[in-house]
Amino acid sequence: MVEVFMDNKFIGTVTDGKKFSEDIIAQRREGKFPLEMNILYQEDTDQVFVETSRGRTIRPVIVVKDAKSTITAKHLEQLQKNEISWTDLIKQGIIEYLDPAEEENAYIAFTEEDLTAEHTHLEISPLDILGLCTSLIPFGQFNQGVRLSQGSKNQKQAVGFYATNFFNRIDMDVNLLHYPQVPIVKTIMHDISNYEQHPSGQNVVIAVMPYDGYNMEDAVVINRGSVDRGLGRSTYFRPVVSEELRYPGGLMDEIVVPNKDVKGYRTEKDYRFLEEDGIVSAESKVKEGDVIIGKTSPPRFLNSGDEYNLTSNIRRESSMALEHGEKGVVDLVLLSENEEGNRLIQVRLREQRIPEIGDKFISRHGQKGVIGMVVPEQDIPFSENGMRPDIIFNPHGLPKRMTVAHLIEMIGGKVGALEGRYIDGTTFGSEKESDLRAALESLGFKEDGTEVMYSAITGRAYTARIYIGNMYYQRLKHMVANKVHSRARGPIQLLTRQPTEGRAKEGGLRLGEMEKDTFVAHGASLLLKERFDSDKTVVPICEKCGMIGVYDSRKNKSYCPICGDNVEINNVELSYAFKLFMDELKSFGIYPKMLLKSEYE
Amino acid sequence: MESKLFKEYENQLPKRIIEDIKEAVPEKFSESKLKKVLELAREEYVNSLAEPGESVGLVAAESIGEPSTQMTLNTFHFAGVSEMNVTTGLPRIIEVLDGRAEISTKMMQIYFKKPYSEGKDIKKIAESIKETTLREYIQEISIDVAEAQMSMTLKAEKLARVDIKPGQIIKVLEKSFPKGYQFRPSKDDDHTIMLKSTSKEDDLNNLYKLKEKVQDVYINGIKGITQVLPVKRGDEYIVVTAGSNLKDVAKLEFVNFDKTVTNDIFEIERVLGIEAARQAIINEVLKVIDEQGLNVDPRHIMLVADTMSGSGTVLGINRYGIVKEKPSVLARASFETPIKHVINSAISGETDYLRSVIENVMINQVVPTGTGIPKLVVKTGKKAKN
Repeated sequence: MVEVFMDNKFIGTVTDGKKFSEDIIAQRREGKFPLEMNILYQEDTDQVFVETSRGRTIRPVIVVKDAKSTITAKHLEQLQKNEISWTDLIKQGIIEYLDPAEEENAYIAFTEEDLTAEHTHLEISPLDILGLCTSLIPFGQFNQGVRLSQGSKNQKQAVGFYATNFFNRIDMDVNLLHYPQVPIVKTIMHDISNYEQHPSGQNVVIAVMPYDGYNMEDAVVINRGSVDRGLGRSTYFRPVVSEELRYPGGLMDEIVVPNKDVKGYRTEKDYRFLEEDGIVSAESKVKEGDVIIGKTSPPRFLNSGDEYNLTSNIRRESSMALEHGEKGVVDLVLLSENEEGNRLIQVRLREQRIPEIGDKFISRHGQKGVIGMVVPEQDIPFSENGMRPDIIFNPHGLPKRMTVAHLIEMIGGKVGALEGRYIDGTTFGSEKESDLRAALESLGFKEDGTEVMYSAITGRAYTARIYIGNMYYQRLKHMVANKVHSRARGPIQLLTRQPTEGRAKEGGLRLGEMEKDTFVAHGASLLLKERFDSDKTVVPICEKCGMIGVYDSRKNKSYCPICGDNVEINNVELSYAFKLFMDELKSFGIYPKMLLKSEYE
Repeated sequence: MESKLFKEYENQLPKRIIEDIKEAVPEKFSESKLKKVLELAREEYVNSLAEPGESVGLVAAESIGEPSTQMTLNTFHFAGVSEMNVTTGLPRIIEVLDGRAEISTKMMQIYFKKPYSEGKDIKKIAESIKETTLREYIQEISIDVAEAQMSMTLKAEKLARVDIKPGQIIKVLEKSFPKGYQFRPSKDDDHTIMLKSTSKEDDLNNLYKLKEKVQDVYINGIKGITQVLPVKRGDEYIVVTAGSNLKDVAKLEFVNFDKTVTNDIFEIERVLGIEAARQAIINEVLKVIDEQGLNVDPRHIMLVADTMSGSGTVLGINRYGIVKEKPSVLARASFETPIKHVINSAISGETDYLRSVIENVMINQVVPTGTGIPKLVVKTGKKAKN
């Protein structure tokens, strides 16, 4: 008796599990069962599992019968002529979907040549094992697996051409590449996914060599000439949104240029870009502190008695202004209404982003790096025929990471650029490396892709031949302009009197626990004290009860609220955080008594 | 060599260094030259001493902690000589420094006296050390349902190897099951033991349970040692074991106990004392660090081992161990479970004298190490008059 389970519930028994599952599969191919239904016969436990639940990953494969693929030349011909479609193949039982469980009983051939009598299925394409992003990596079969994952992960962050209606859209954090290109070295997935419609990189000339240490540790050196001609140039869009909220009692926000007696009025200068309606004029160049949308709100708390109180009727300032470090040009002003019927003002800011030191670039093989130096074009090494690379990539990034495809793509790109054609770099189905090399040789270059190059500074030829070629490079959305931050003084937190945290709040850079340890290890006690005195305070402490006293500035004298005037009170310098800690202890009923001792006794 | 000069330096140099110099200097050596040597040694010695206020503990912590972060990245398991899977790498270091009483893989390396160390009967000896239960000597075990009796056929060959007679096994079984059961050898085969219940009401169910119990009876070997493996180390044959029992191994006369080691620090503490445990900590940590190809000055580890064993028992570096011993409330509270420490010290009315580093960082005062130690005292005019 073979137990049959459906979606992990016992439903009955059959005599021959193997035959039963084969029957079900045959009937599914005929269309009598849903195609998402999968069946597994587990031989060792003699059980049959039928799965119809959601959440299983299923994938299509070609059915094999008698060591022959059921898909014939005729099918392919019809497919090409668009006479039949994918669904027709499924209906005919040529293609079926397997889930991980049913795959256990399947024996799937990688290519048609591999087929034997034992095989049950055939892979539609070996590329099938890769996802969309990973199939966009050319010559993937030459790369280490990790590099493929990293390469596809990073491609998603590439600055590109995300939508053709970008001009009418207001999206958060958008980067738009100015001159996007389709890669010379393509894969089949570029065609399938309409990559021409939304490319996200550029074909650059890249030389593999160090450059005075400016490209060490994965950095890249970039040619200023190329940058000036538009390489990697992009625009950053960011919306500023504000809403006229309604409050109880018929009160509401007002989009205006705030009146001077509004509570929290900034300076007149901050409102200078606002038009009469309280919104910035388009194409004005704004920077941090400038108000984009002027707004006032009703007072926060309304008491019954306040109606006669003049001061309480003053409205609050609640404008949208650019935060610390932000700047841009007002690109678009959009007035609309949201779901609740409130007036909604959306302002889109635009900022051109020219590649600079610290911006992140990546090839499609997980070889990411930041710009270490933008070198004037006259200082970039050149080849015999005067070719200057756009990017100089450090060879030390290659051996350990074993991204062989990076090197092959360079040869492929070179051949493609010289022959004026696209190179097919589809993983498992790419053009042969040897063919590319031969093509390069016939074009009058060395077949290994190297060229004699000259230092632009000395004019001498380098002793080593430099590997140079074309490849597809992408600029990633991580730009220094969004990340640079420093502070010497600035805002502090109310509770602890310590510096605020984070770039947006102009915060301090934390000197953490382990960094503190290095000070101690060096014996730099006094320096350590100075580093941590951001929240130091002077507190009068009563010698009698050990509690914090009060300083009376009118009498210029301290007294203790518990013991009175006639006790000795001394000022002690300590961190405010510690004073706060003592207060917390008091709040849960612990009496922290401070015992004072003179330092000089 | 003997000289009066040595006496002069007795208080300035450690005894060990003086001894070393005594041995190293040639017999005919002028006094003036010896003076120079001793003076040079003294200078070197003074220079290599840690200065007052040096944060030795913190430097030790950093020196061990930094390479440990690299260890996490390349945790590979040792597919060593033995098929035994021994915890190494960072997990092992954590285990040692945490002072865990129950370590994950206990292991011994047993050395032997001659001629066994040369490989004589090494397999037999190894087998005799291993803790063996009856299960391993049983060829076949079956229950006769009709007669309500069980018969066990023993592996004659295996028994012969360790010199155990079936009669002895019966005696052991009778000891383990003193009541209710009868054991006797079978009539036709002396390596078959028949087992029968003496009480007639006893049902078959019990017999089945007994079948499992009987097989777990301890027969011979050393308790706690679950696996043995004879290995050749250099010229010597040793036995590597999984499981550890230092005390019982010491009783075996053919064992060279001077060289035999275990990786169970607490067992070493119990059997050999705290000084041995300290050395074991050093050895265990150094072993891991060497295995990983890292380089840590042993003196850092010695300091850690000293801290762990200084109280007379092995304490781990955690909130139950050495942190608990810290005198400062604030220092303890800043480590782990602050509320517990604050409340308990409030109940007992503890005083914190702010004598170590972390408390002073908390209240933003000069920490008492390095430049925080020297103090300048000036008599002010007012006080001078008094």
